Amino acid sequence: GWDKHSYGYHGDDGHSFCSSGTGQPYGPTFTTGDVIGCCVNLINNTCFYTKNGHSLGKFVFLPSQSNLYPTVGLQTPGEIVDANFGQQPFVFDIEDYMREWRAKIQSTIKRFPIGDRLGEWQAMLQNMVSSYLVHHGYCSTATAFARVTDTTIQEEQTSIKNRQRIQKLVLAGRVGEAIEATQQLYPGLLEHNPNLLFMLKCRQFVEMVNGTDSEVRCFSARSPRSQDSYPGSPSLSPRHGSSNSHVHSTGADSPTCSNGVLSTKSKQSHSKYPTLSSSSSSSSSSSPSSVNYSESNSTDSTKSQQHSSTSNQETSDSEMEMEAEHYPNGVLENSSTRIMNGTYKHEEILQTDESSMEDSCPQRQLCGGNHAATERMIQFGRELQILSEQLCREYGKNTMHKKMLQDAFSLLAYSDPWNCPVGQQLDPIQREPVCAALNSAILESQNLPKQPPLMLALGQASECLRLMARVGLGSCSFARVDDYLH
Amino acid sequence: LQEVTASSRHYVDRLFDLDPQKVLQGVIDMKNAVIGNNKQKANLIVLGAVPRLLYLLQQETSSTELRTECAVVLGSLAMGTENNVKSLLDCHIIPALLQGLLSPDLKFIEACLRCLRTIFISPVTPEDLLYTDATVISHLMALLSRSRYTQEYICQIFSHCCKGPDHQTILFNHGAVQNIAHLLVSTSYKVRMQALKCFSVLAFENPQVSMTLVNVSVDGELLPQIFVKMLQRDKPIEMQLTSAKCLTSMCRAGAIRTDDPCIVLKTLPCLVRMCSKDRLLEERVEGAETLAYLIETDVELQRMASITDHLIVMLADYFKYPSSVSAITDIKRLDHDLKHAHELRQAAFKLYASLGANDEDIRKKIIETENMMDRIVNGLSESSIKVRLAAVRCLHSLSRSVQQLRTSFQDHAVWKPLMKVLQNAPNEILVVASSTLCNLLLEFSPSKEPILESGAIELLCSLTQSENLALRVNGIWALMNMAFQAEQKIKSDILRGLSTEQLFQLLSDSDVNVLMKTLGLLRNLLSTRPHIDHIMSTHGKQIMQAVTLILEGEHNIEVKEQTLCILANIADGTTAKELIMTNDDILQKIKYYMSHSNAKLQLAAMFCISNLIWNEEEGSQERQDKLRDMGIVDILHKLSQSSDPNLCDK
Repeated sequence: GWDKHSYGYHGDDGHSFCSSGTGQPYGPTFTTGDVIGCCVNLINNTCFYTKNGHSLGKFVFLPSQSNLYPTVGLQTPGEIVDANFGQQPFVFDIEDYMREWRAKIQSTIKRFPIGDRLGEWQAMLQNMVSSYLVHHGYCSTATAFARVTDTTIQEEQTSIKNRQRIQKLVLAGRVGEAIEATQQLYPGLLEHNPNLLFMLKCRQFVEMVNGTDSEVRCFSARSPRSQDSYPGSPSLSPRHGSSNSHVHSTGADSPTCSNGVLSTKSKQSHSKYPTLSSSSSSSSSSSPSSVNYSESNSTDSTKSQQHSSTSNQETSDSEMEMEAEHYPNGVLENSSTRIMNGTYKHEEILQTDESSMEDSCPQRQLCGGNHAATERMIQFGRELQILSEQLCREYGKNTMHKKMLQDAFSLLAYSDPWNCPVGQQLDPIQREPVCAALNSAILESQNLPKQPPLMLALGQASECLRLMARVGLGSCSFARVDDYLH
Repeated sequence: LQEVTASSRHYVDRLFDLDPQKVLQGVIDMKNAVIGNNKQKANLIVLGAVPRLLYLLQQETSSTELRTECAVVLGSLAMGTENNVKSLLDCHIIPALLQGLLSPDLKFIEACLRCLRTIFISPVTPEDLLYTDATVISHLMALLSRSRYTQEYICQIFSHCCKGPDHQTILFNHGAVQNIAHLLVSTSYKVRMQALKCFSVLAFENPQVSMTLVNVSVDGELLPQIFVKMLQRDKPIEMQLTSAKCLTSMCRAGAIRTDDPCIVLKTLPCLVRMCSKDRLLEERVEGAETLAYLIETDVELQRMASITDHLIVMLADYFKYPSSVSAITDIKRLDHDLKHAHELRQAAFKLYASLGANDEDIRKKIIETENMMDRIVNGLSESSIKVRLAAVRCLHSLSRSVQQLRTSFQDHAVWKPLMKVLQNAPNEILVVASSTLCNLLLEFSPSKEPILESGAIELLCSLTQSENLALRVNGIWALMNMAFQAEQKIKSDILRGLSTEQLFQLLSDSDVNVLMKTLGLLRNLLSTRPHIDHIMSTHGKQIMQAVTLILEGEHNIEVKEQTLCILANIADGTTAKELIMTNDDILQKIKYYMSHSNAKLQLAAMFCISNLIWNEEEGSQERQDKLRDMGIVDILHKLSQSSDPNLCDK
């Protein structure tokens, strides 16, 4: 406690020293056998010591830039000190102390004045919900919500339905059709977003390997749709070099982040996916969750855009928050329409999906095990390679593109692509970031926000907490966003 | 008045309508009219609405709906001023409502209970009204199972009407503990809280209830564990404080050990927190009082409390109300402060008294707190009896320190206000004040002189005549301390002030303590040879009589020992000796005690003999001869072979 930025409690006189050679009378003296503890409270910048589990009284603690390190000074040789950093229960009931502060912070939040003027607050909340539903294409739910709350939806019905259709295609792994539909409904969009297009095509390649893309499925016995009219890869000649849209950053900006998220999620989906082929009822039950994931990842992209370097812990934070994100949905809309809606749309797609899989390949095989399909895939791969080179010439080297391409092609190097180091790409979960990127790009092209305000608010709150943590404002640790998402 | 009430009259008029449906609508309209409107409530009472409402409520022919609405309106009227409640009580509302509880209709019962609750929590309602009919309590216990509202209201009624051991016993005998215990885990916060309050009043200073509580369990959890959970720091303050009170009562009753972690690490720290500046004034008062009670008799708890969160310094803040800023800036705040200032001060004094009861270091810390002695001295002369009493208790606690008696007590002339407190004070203050005086009269105390000069002897002598036992003990105790190694004049003054009759009165007192202290006084009076001879020359006859009486009477060993010691002192006198030597009866008694089975009595008797036969004095030979004739030498021989301390003789 004598040195600058140091604090101490002396056993010989019971004085407390705060960065000064002269101490203040503080507590009792202590000696062999006593348990001395120290608690630093970064919320109100106080500190107190404990003796044998009793708090001895707080004093002001000035936070310093430098870190604090626990130190024990000994006077006589041969003395022994046991240090407990929580590996054993503390004598002082620190849990109870934290409970008090958690309650304090939460009541501060709860009592925060919102300044409601003539239902402004409610209108804003309704808008948040409505825009969220619209963004993700929950068309019927959004309409029902608008009717009940007597609000209007900005975007046109058909536009929402179009987006919904494209999203469904991507999520079903039919990326080729999605690209086609996008080009039909939003001409010029992909031409202006070469990076997005490249990403879609990479995904399409992966889906070909998977055997789900229509270009390879058309070779199998029973195809749900004819794919004759597929025009092949469109010739790309973007006139204005559209700058890096958020789409790109989504894919590769923060590998740690998405990895962290996905590792847990893929576990879940792995366990769910095989059941898809066994019965259609289970597939319908699992599909809503896949919708949720798609939402999650779209936010994830939001996140990773905002801060590229995130630590593991933060990742897990955002993950929690993402997972919980679908709850407000369920809570806020009081009709069951949304659930029906979500279930229905996936059922439709996944069922056809699944029936073709059942027919052609009881076990997973490259391109569904069809030789012609494999040929088509390889040809598509070449086109993709050409596209990559073309982009490289026009816009310069893009490491992210290179990585995407490399990963996709690596699948071919293994006899069982589903069980290989890069096999994760084949996971349907991976369709979600692609889907979200495409959805955002479409919305942006319609002069609509690329993210729903709800997600923006969430992201803002999370980022705010992260900033608070960085500058050492302790209250952030008791105000986790996920505490409020259920 | 007419003008004011005119607008309310039609409400009352409608209660007399012949059509029951219109009456019902009238009551409902009245209900809506009085909510939150004290003026309207007063008007309706003046216009005589209450008897009519009660009539309708009791009428068997009234519909349940009407009766319920009547109870609701009456409850609303009771929510108003204290005068409203008085008017309702004058109309005998309580029996009417209690009668209503027998109805089968739950809604009506709830309305009656709600109204009863409002009336019983009013300070103007005598709580005894609940206990006039024995069947009421058992019926209320039965209603506890009906709904969360009956639970809440009944618990609230109980906790407000349970004052003192009689009420506690009645409720306890009606199974209150079993009936209310499971409400502690109710899903409704209000029910949990009211149940908890019930237990805190049931267990307060009641060992029977406390000992029962400790073994009761709800859903497999013992009540102490449930109370500890309610102590958690994120629980509402009211809940923490009330459960701490329950645990405190249980600890004081011996149901929970004082070194149990739930006391040491939970209850005590919780109560210390309640004393902090962050809490409301009421909470701080209650926290300090409860803590004072918890640690009152246990030095380890006192030590722990004294180091927790700078409690001793924290308590000094209790004296800073009303604070100087509040007077100017905020009248409301000033009013609030003033209202609580007395309560705060007395609570702080009480807690200081408990803290300093046993440990010298803690006393030192307390006295070193800013202006502490001045505060006590001021407290002694406050108008509020509660504050004076608490201040005296605090002073008493601190007066147990030899060092403080010599220093700070002297510096602040504490004896002056203390002597003042002793004049015409109520008994409860006199007991503690005289007890403090005892300590101030110890021979090493520098206050002894001035206290004597200010007429203490007279005061103390009058205390010995008190009806109050504690006052008699303290009076004679103080005199005993005063007489210890005192000068001749003081001793004579004491004897004169007390009078021999009073002395004999005290020697035949039914209380052993009084007897012991009186003997102690005699012994202190009879010390140093000239004093002995002087006193024995004037009061010898009576004293010898008294001694004989006690030695013959049925008394315990300590009393007899003390009496023999007095004899030994008398035997030490020059002329006084003869009073023993010429009294064969006494000599026989001494002889008897020399062969008594109790070693202490033997030793005391030996002192007598040894003083009587001391060689260097005149006439010792004759006395030795006489004693030898009595066969005492034989006994001495026997004794010299048995135990050690007796060997020094002969």
